[in-house]
Amino acid sequence: MDPLLERYLGVIEVSRKHRMAQAVPLLRDQEKEALLAAYHPDYKKEAYRPIRFGPNAGAETVHELARLLEADSPLVAKPANLSRADYEVDVLVLGGGGSGATAALAAKDAGASVMIATKLRMGDSNTVMAEGGIQVAVKEDDSPIQHFVDAMHGGHYKNDPRLLKVLVEDGPFVVDWLDSIGVLFDRDQDGNLKVKKGGGTSRARLLACKDYTGLDMMRVLKDTVLNEPAIQIVEFAPAIELLTDPSGAVTGAVLQNLDVDQRIVVRAKSIIVATGGIGRLHIQNFPTSNHFGATGDALPLCYRVGAPLAYPGTFQYHPTGAIHPEQMAGLLVTEAIRSGGAHLVNKNGERFVNELEARDVVCAAIIRECAEGRGIDSPFGRHGVWLDIPVIDAMNGDGVVHRRYPGMVRKYGRHGIDIGKQPVLIYPTLHYQNGGVEIGVNAETRVPGLYVSGEASGGIHGTNRLMGNSLLDIIVFGRRAGKAAAERAKAVGFGELTINHLDGFHKAMTDAGVTPDAVSPMILPDYVRRPDNAGNLPG
Amino acid sequence: MSAEIQTQMITVEIMGKQYQVPDGMTVISTMWYTGHQLTRGVGCLGGVCGACATVYRNKDDFALKVGLGCQMRVEDGMSFFMTPYYPAAKPNYRIEEIEHPKEELFKYFPEALNCRNCNACNKVCPQDIDIKGAVKDAVKGDFAAAADKALSCVMCGLCVSRCIAEMAPNMIALYARRTWSVFYATKHERLDMQMERIRSGYWNDEWEKIFALDEAGMKEYCKSRR
Ligand SMILES: Cc1cc2nc3c(=O)[nH]c(=O)nc-3n(C[C@H](O)[C@H](O)[C@H](O)COP(=O)(O)OP(=O)(O)OC[C@H]3O[C@@H](n4cnc5c(N)ncnc54)[C@H](O)[C@@H]3O)c2cc1C
Ligand code: SF4
Ligand code: SF4
Ligand code: FES
Repeated sequence: MDPLLERYLGVIEVSRKHRMAQAVPLLRDQEKEALLAAYHPDYKKEAYRPIRFGPNAGAETVHELARLLEADSPLVAKPANLSRADYEVDVLVLGGGGSGATAALAAKDAGASVMIATKLRMGDSNTVMAEGGIQVAVKEDDSPIQHFVDAMHGGHYKNDPRLLKVLVEDGPFVVDWLDSIGVLFDRDQDGNLKVKKGGGTSRARLLACKDYTGLDMMRVLKDTVLNEPAIQIVEFAPAIELLTDPSGAVTGAVLQNLDVDQRIVVRAKSIIVATGGIGRLHIQNFPTSNHFGATGDALPLCYRVGAPLAYPGTFQYHPTGAIHPEQMAGLLVTEAIRSGGAHLVNKNGERFVNELEARDVVCAAIIRECAEGRGIDSPFGRHGVWLDIPVIDAMNGDGVVHRRYPGMVRKYGRHGIDIGKQPVLIYPTLHYQNGGVEIGVNAETRVPGLYVSGEASGGIHGTNRLMGNSLLDIIVFGRRAGKAAAERAKAVGFGELTINHLDGFHKAMTDAGVTPDAVSPMILPDYVRRPDNAGNLPG
Repeated sequence: MSAEIQTQMITVEIMGKQYQVPDGMTVISTMWYTGHQLTRGVGCLGGVCGACATVYRNKDDFALKVGLGCQMRVEDGMSFFMTPYYPAAKPNYRIEEIEHPKEELFKYFPEALNCRNCNACNKVCPQDIDIKGAVKDAVKGDFAAAADKALSCVMCGLCVSRCIAEMAPNMIALYARRTWSVFYATKHERLDMQMERIRSGYWNDEWEKIFALDEAGMKEYCKSRR
């Protein structure tokens, strides 16, 4: 057995009986506030600074993001030839994840010619990794109103109510559409959609494909896109700059071919940015659950053409990221396990928070345990607390863990750990960007021709997203973006390709006295060990 | 994240060259640790996208094996390289143009009948899927069983690379999953009911009430309903 586990197994097993009988009360609002203020990374003052110029000048965000927003375009050091375009399409979709695939399909259905340019392979994304499920109100005791109420409360009342209404009301139609292209949601005994309970909600409304929800959605969306010859796909070609015409409307993009040193110029009537989240910025040095390409590229790209960001300073840390064994570091332990009854346990065998509290509260509580010396150290220098998964079987009967969470069982099983019998070590992991580029109900931004959907957008979830609402938003707003972008393409012609927007950007930069010390977007994180980049472990 | 590493060093061989690395890392983190820059071959880093197929051989073992580089732990004496791309072909079909999924399976995948039972696909699958069984189920018309077996397929294509009957077992299983969902799986009355209510404006009065609230009112309203 793993030596670390061997040392603690006694404490965990002895305390389990007591813990099972114990009710850990939910915190009152004041207690929550105090806990968050003391331990949640979003509240850590030193980690933040104001953005010095641009549409969000004066707003606070983390150093890692502020630096990229104020960074220069790669076209400054190495200009691109904009005198001709390599591709011309009605709608250019940046990002081949769930939202990009959906937007492309919607734009094609609305009659547009479409191209998807993506950083890695089509489908290599955060979407494919989602495990827990997608929130949609489908039961008798539930309604879009109830869904709205939960998301508003979870989002600390900062959600844009117009966007949220669209999210919850489009929900059932989105499930119907996903079902019609072949996403196979779990059913209950009477053949209806099966719902599970997620953290922070007042009703059970998570639909899932066991614990492979994102995988099934992405696999089907990708297959649907691949089956459409009308949609062109260019892989390993991330966008590095948007192009504008003299009026400021977006008219194209420059892509970087990652296989050979070459730039690709695309002219388009509308552009949908669906490039996902920021986990790989490793904000405040947190490990991340996100895929390799999640470097927040949408934010500097859209910021430079003048699109404001909503809530650029709030991030979601998933309470249960694996930290041991090392080869699993960063991997998410699905929240369904926590909401399914697993206990969080410190090194003394004690529970220290009601596991059903919202994510931010649970994270803060785990960080507090570790900060106050009640955490457990891994051999690779990480620290965390135990997630006692076997208690689920102890409460519900043998084999429940294996039946409900086959994906998790397999992932740990590869490394000789049976989560039906052994607890696992976890710590909060950087998981989701709550904010993003500000959008309206059709995913439009304030820049003509520019649409943003999925995790790259902001406003829907306020300052804290509830589990299952992201898989929903990427489809809801992906469909709206695709449709709106295709409609615009019918009404406008191709525009001039310039980088005139950089003039204004540079002027604002100079006026603010800023000398950029980086180039953005980041494109890929750098984990290669070198003398100047030592001991940098991914995860 | 940076960390103090407290484990032993082991020796591995990457494309024929030897390196010393700390014990306990994956193939991909070993690549980075030894100075390799990667663009292809890395996707989710979480074992679900299938981007990181790796061919390896263990110390003193003759057999070549394959696995997912982001999930596999490297061991002392292991020799490996990453295979970032399989140019596998795929038939095009539109789900909305299919009428008889079970018959049309053979139109799109005529080779599905050629399975020679060699079991190479099952042996290579990093997800331990009975993919041979899923193909057989699909051929028999038992799409439900095929769908169930192939749930966790990450489309890594390793089974395709080994199939002696030149088929793409994963694509056949995906066809079965998708068409099972669309044509045969049970429908949901509740979903229809909910869509009907939204279409007919069943909650319109309530929405009006909500949108008239100020921030304090919104808080009170939401809290009272939870
Ligand atoms: C491990 C994990 C589990 C999760 N579980 C759930 C869950 O259970 N329920 C839920 O609702 N949500 C969940 N989420 C969140 C949810 O999966 C994501 O927020 C959502 O899938 C994001 O979709 P997207 O299409 O916006 O972005 P992505 O799916 O990440 O797609 C973005 C794509 O854009 C590409 N890209 C990036 N930069 C560029 C560029 N410059 N140019 C071109 N392409 C680019 C990326 O490589 C990627 O392919 C989870 C997330 C993770 C990481
Ligand atoms: S069935 Fe084939 S494609 Fe799917 S995971 Fe297994 S080996 Fe990979
Ligand atoms: S590898 Fe091909 S021929 Fe062999 S069992 Fe699998 S599907 Fe059949
Ligand atoms: S990188 Fe996605 S499965 Fe390994």
